[in-house]
Order: sequence, then structure tokens, then C-alpha cells
Amino acid sequence: METFTFMYSQWPTLWSLIQEHVFFVGIAVLIAIATGVPIGIWISFNEEAARVVLSIAGVIMTIPSIALFGIMIPILSVFGHGIGTVPAVIALVLYSQLPIIRNTHAAIISVDASIIDAGTGMGMNRRELLWKVRLPMAMSVIFAGVRVAVAMSIGIGAIAAIIGAGGLGQFIYQGIDRSYDAMVNSGALTLAVMAIAVDYLFERLEMKLVSPGLREGI
Amino acid sequence: MIEFERVTKIYPGATAPAVDAVSFTIPSGEICTVIGPSGCGKTTIMRMINRLHPITSGAIRINGQDVNEMDEIELRRGIGYAIQQVGLFPHMTVRDNIATVPKLLGWDGAKIDARVDELLDLVNLEPGVYRDRYPKELSGGQAQRIGVARAMATDPPVMLMDEPFGAIDPINREVLQDEFLKIQAELKKTIVFVTHDIDEAVKMGDKICLLEGGRLVQFASPEEMLTRPKNRFVKDFVGADRTLKRLNLLTVGEVMVENPLHCLADQRSEDVLQEMQNKGIRYLLVTDRDKTFRGFVYHEFLVNHEGCIEDVVQEMTVTVNRSCNLKDGLSKMLSHEIGVLVVLDDDGRLLGVLNSATLHQVVGETYDEFGGHWRKIKVGGRIL
Repeated sequence: METFTFMYSQWPTLWSLIQEHVFFVGIAVLIAIATGVPIGIWISFNEEAARVVLSIAGVIMTIPSIALFGIMIPILSVFGHGIGTVPAVIALVLYSQLPIIRNTHAAIISVDASIIDAGTGMGMNRRELLWKVRLPMAMSVIFAGVRVAVAMSIGIGAIAAIIGAGGLGQFIYQGIDRSYDAMVNSGALTLAVMAIAVDYLFERLEMKLVSPGLREGI
Repeated sequence: MIEFERVTKIYPGATAPAVDAVSFTIPSGEICTVIGPSGCGKTTIMRMINRLHPITSGAIRINGQDVNEMDEIELRRGIGYAIQQVGLFPHMTVRDNIATVPKLLGWDGAKIDARVDELLDLVNLEPGVYRDRYPKELSGGQAQRIGVARAMATDPPVMLMDEPFGAIDPINREVLQDEFLKIQAELKKTIVFVTHDIDEAVKMGDKICLLEGGRLVQFASPEEMLTRPKNRFVKDFVGADRTLKRLNLLTVGEVMVENPLHCLADQRSEDVLQEMQNKGIRYLLVTDRDKTFRGFVYHEFLVNHEGCIEDVVQEMTVTVNRSCNLKDGLSKMLSHEIGVLVVLDDDGRLLGVLNSATLHQVVGETYDEFGGHWRKIKVGGRIL
């Protein structure tokens, strides 16, 4: 109850933190999709690259986020962005690469060979096969990867508060510092609701973008 | 017309050629079934035609044009392509699947819609029901039909089919084969049809191309391959039951005893009886004067009968049309336990009969090592 009272009284602050959070997670995910999907497609046609890229992305995943922020401070300070939104976005983009690349790659290479054979035999060129067959068929698996990346980014985004990126992590850290439970809870609760809401939005989007022919049921 | 001229294919890293100097010519409008044991190169042969596999040496020409000199994408768009796994695009509706090549060629929507409905009708699927379905909502047989319709979308003169009915149960396969032959009789496409089923090869092929280890063993019509197998391998491959296979190729009209002994319905019973006794005949077929088949009479019916044959004639329920194949004719005889099968034309007129003696002769011929030539047993038209 105290949590809700707190949220109500601090609403303007909370709202701006939500906006910040949505902003840098959103930017990060967009960049991650714009880089991860093409990389995933590229490595689907290049096994050697696939091994290298997937293991690099895997290694990045294992770096604790706090450590990653720490590493980036001296590097990005050179450009005057040691802390703040820029390193937060970069970190989220890096973390999002693995689920997106891996899913894109897996989805594209798992398209049934006979379907590709039929397409090739009917005279589709590589580009037509990619855009008309491979990508539409891979869409739902790619989407699953994006959803993982988004959920993860919302969570890791909270940690970005320690490098001054703002967002809902700010309430959590300040609350811990002050042993103010209501503040911690309101930050955490809002994050959870946000994660669920965004996931729901993506589910709706997926229904729109993925062909009914590929969905379960009917 | 598709010409193969000393076509050889050696896969990278392979020592032996997968296809070895194969030459043959498929005339326009014919189906050539390509068959042989696994690994004989039959699929490779087919896939070289639309250059899914590059040709190592030799030439393949379609209507005189070397496929290697054509743009490979254009070449493929101009050739119908259907495969065993069907390979329907699961994310597209039946309409969009069939419209694949028309869309690549940039047809407008109305033309595509009309063509899709036409093709669905052709393959016996109700357009209103199936047009907007997705592949997962189709049975195996329906999916194969769509696969064939898709291959025919732009009405290509040449089609390549790799075991297009291979993944279907035997009953549905026969239905699809019959439907396809009916379509082909009208459309007259030049078709390369790969199969591993000799019965299918015999049934579907105007020519059969039999391969072994990448070499062409025999290229001949099914009739010739069954009656005159070139060597031991061909004989073994077509099987010991090639006689029975041949029954599929012949129609009862071709082998029946023509114009058998019969009497007319308006003849007097005592006259007919007299003749039957003279000739020692137990029963006799009956027709009208215009040869419309009426039935038969037994010797006993006529004894002490005053009047015409018409009064005592017995209807015969089991008859067969001249275009029926010999296998179906034989199975009718066996299932109804009759020794003589009456053959009629489309208007119900008596043409001939099929009996065990004619069947024996057909069977005997197939085993004639010198490749006997079928002669019709002619009795000559006789009316008592």
C-alpha cells in the first residue's frame, strides 16, 4: 500500500523515469534489430563466420553488466560519453545481439531444403528466396529472439542507472541507499509491468507480421 | 523436344561420373519417365535440365536451344517444376503458392486470380474452398495437387517432375496419376518424370529412360521395354511380373476376339437351337440387328421353345468397354467368376469378347524372347 502511495505522490518523477527507460531501451533494441538480423542472415550463408560471430556474442553475454559499464567508462570518456545514456545503449545493444543473431541464424538455416529447392527450381534468385521465402518463414523465431532481447534490456537497463543513464533503476538504487522499501518496490513493480506490457505488444505485432500459415492451431 | 547429347555429370570430388554420356531425345508432348535403382543418376538427369546441377560435359537442348546458353533464372521460370516433398511455401496461401512464378513474372492480380481458379479446377479442387487455405490445412494428396498446379501456373511447355506422387498412399496415387494423365492428354506437355516405381514408369511414360550407375541402359516405350527388354538387367528391373504390367498397357479392345459368334434377338428359337446343336455350342450371345448387345441364351432355354430368341434372352450384367485396360478386364472376370467377358463400344454395341484363351496368348507373347508381335485373333463376323 505504501508503495502505491509513493508511486502516486511521486508520479511526475516516476513518469519521467519511465520515459527515460523506454527511450534508451527502445533505441537499443532498434539498433540491435538493425544490426543483429542482418548479421544473423549473413552468417546463415557462411558457416565459418557463424561459428566466430556466435561465440563472440556468447562471450559478450557472459560479461556481467556492471563490469561492462566499468569497461566502457574509460573507452567512451575519450569521446566525452563515459557515463550516461550512450554507454547504456551500447551495452544493451551488445547484450541483445546474441538472442537476435542466434535466432535469426537458426531460423534461416532451418528452412526446409525442399522448400528452397522448389523456390530455386521455379526460378527465384537469391534475393527473392531471402525476402519471399526465408525471412517470412523465419519471422516468428526472429521475433522470439527480439522478445528475449527486449525483456533482458528492460532488466539490464535498470542497472544502467549506476552510470547515470536514468530510468527506473534510479528509484531502485536510491531506495536501497535510503533503505526506503516503497521506493525500491515502486521501481521494481513498474519495471515488471513494463516488461509484461512490452511483451504483450510484441505478441500483437507478431500476430500481424507472421503468416497465419506458420502459426500453431487453426 | 528435349535432347540429351552425351551428357555427363561428375560431382566435385567424385571419381565416377553420376551421369555418364547419356543421349536420348524426348519428343514434344510426351512424358518420359526416368527410372533406375537408387543412385543411378535419375534425379541428376532431371536437375541438369533446369540447371539446378551444372552439366559437366555434353549438351541439353530444349527445342533446339542449349540450356547452358540461356539465362538460368529465365530458363527455370519457363519450366514447370514439381517435387516429391512438394515444397509448398507454408506462409503463403494456396493462391499465392500457385501464383509464385506468375508473380515473379509480374502478372497483374486479376490475371493471377483467374489463372489460379482455372488451375484449381484442373486439379479437381474447388477454388472457393481451397484458394485461401494454407498448406498445413491440406491433406497430402491435396498438397501434391497444388504442387502440380503450381508447376503448371504459367502453362510451361516443359515440366520436370521428381516423384511428384511419391509421398502418397497407393490408392490416392492412382487417382492422381489418372487425373494427371487426363490433364496431359489435353495439354500435351513435354515432361520429364522421375520415379522409382516401375509400375508408375510404365503407366505414366510414353517413353521410359532406364538408368543404371549413370549409364543409359534402355530408352524405349513401355510396351517395348516390357516385351523386348534389352538385357538381363532390364528384365530383372521391370520384374518377373512384367506380363501383368503389360496388362495395364493393353486395352481389351486391342486383344479381344473381334466379332464373335452371336445370334439375333428376332431369330426363331428352333432355328438357333438347331444350329447350336450342330455346332455343339452351349450358349450364345444375342444382339439386335444394329448389333446392340442384348444378352445371351443357353441351349436349354431353347429346347421346346416356340417363338423368338427375344423371349428367352438373359441379360448379362457384367460387360466391359473397349477402352478398359486388360488388367481391369481380367479382374472383372476373376471377381465375377466368368469365363467370357463381353466387350461393348460406347453405344452398347457388341464388339468382341475376351476369354481365357486370348489372355493366355497375351501372356505367352510377353515371354517370347524374340519379342513376338501381337496379332489379333480374328474369327470373322458371323451370324448364325
